[in-house]
Amino acid sequence: MKPPPFKYYDPTAQNEVVGLLSSLENLKLLAGGQSLLPMLNMRFVLPDHVVDLNRVAGLDFVEADAGGGLRIGAMTRQRTLEFSADVAARAPLIREAVLHVGHRQTRNRGTLGGSLSHLDPAAELVTAAVALDAVVALRGPAGLRQLAMSEFMLGYMTPATNPDEMLVSVTFPALPAAHGWGFVEFARRHGDFAIASAAATLVTDAQGRISKVALALGGIGVVPLRMPELETGLLGAVASEALFADHCRACATVEAMDDALVTAGYRQQLAPVMARRALMAALQRSGGGAATQPH
Amino acid sequence: MTGASRRAIKLQVNGKPHAAEVDVRLTLADCLRQEFKLTGTHLGCEHGVCGACTVLLDGQSVRACLMLAVQADGRAVATVEGLAGADGKLNILQQAFKDHHGLQCGFCTPGILMTLTECFADKPDLTEQDIRVALSGNICRCTGYQGIVDAAMDALRKMRSLL
Repeated sequence: MKPPPFKYYDPTAQNEVVGLLSSLENLKLLAGGQSLLPMLNMRFVLPDHVVDLNRVAGLDFVEADAGGGLRIGAMTRQRTLEFSADVAARAPLIREAVLHVGHRQTRNRGTLGGSLSHLDPAAELVTAAVALDAVVALRGPAGLRQLAMSEFMLGYMTPATNPDEMLVSVTFPALPAAHGWGFVEFARRHGDFAIASAAATLVTDAQGRISKVALALGGIGVVPLRMPELETGLLGAVASEALFADHCRACATVEAMDDALVTAGYRQQLAPVMARRALMAALQRSGGGAATQPH
Repeated sequence: MTGASRRAIKLQVNGKPHAAEVDVRLTLADCLRQEFKLTGTHLGCEHGVCGACTVLLDGQSVRACLMLAVQADGRAVATVEGLAGADGKLNILQQAFKDHHGLQCGFCTPGILMTLTECFADKPDLTEQDIRVALSGNICRCTGYQGIVDAAMDALRKMRSLL
């Protein structure tokens, strides 16, 4: 197998990329290549132009902001997310999610921005970004604009990025230092895309009452799903496995994807289990207790 | 900026300079095999799943089928050909694979050796669990993996004893 013929560009500045995006038709941006290269090799995509982002300046960084949040460049490798002390301290959910992403050989190349732009609904980083209320920054000819994940995801593998825009960074708002987090997934093999996954963050007060909770389901709907009613229903309640099990039953009624290998009904059966386990993992880590990080 | 269909590239492979003029669509794996005649890097699935084509790019393991050769311009690549000594003597890891039945048909072996080479360089205090997680990115259909894990652990012990 080999990719179809295309013209290759490797600019070094973001405005050059935007210029190419504005002037060329049928162009693909090449980030880490861990999804685009298989698609090229198998000729699922036939771009006339491939613009490589690997030499573009200012896209590979993890920046801890003064408010406790994180801003991460689009070309930051998944390996960097795995080993970044700032990520581990401020958004440990990202680190836990990234350990499920492919394998070390693909994480060495794969990027945060590539994963979000590819927008596979089963992708762990997309699911984590949804749970964390991430905000993406897109650069176009008119400058930067920011979009919440909920606005960024238009549909199945369809980001809201305009044809003349590129994803440049992702901001993860601050969470209380004592928040708990959990990411669990069901996949046939370690490193595979999830058949179903769930990401949760949780904040409890001294009495164990839930003051803040976020839950996202991955691999189930056409985009990762937040469960706003379920989240609201948990606020103020004393966290327990029985409470989560009860409320997570609602996850069985979400609209689920059906494909050749996994039926929608199976995904709906997995969803409440994944949700409960993610919330339980988050509960066990909330309150600033000693965190265990399974590899 | 204009796009290219072909490009001249220069890179280090196993410490030696290599140059070629290649189609921009050529993968690094095909470049190693076809342009540089380094056929130790094997191609299994050609879409990033099997791990047979794993090489090191500036010391990090990557799928050579999921990179374009032009992306390796100016970089240092290490392949399985660089592991044995100049006299052909197997290195500690390779010898351990021979001793512990870490291979049968040998097709996946180059990728596995390169993955483990990165792991050992990264973190010398690996556990068996770390080895198994690292090997999850390499598919072997002969050994059942136990021989590979045994070989990796033995090589690790021998390397530590040399420190």
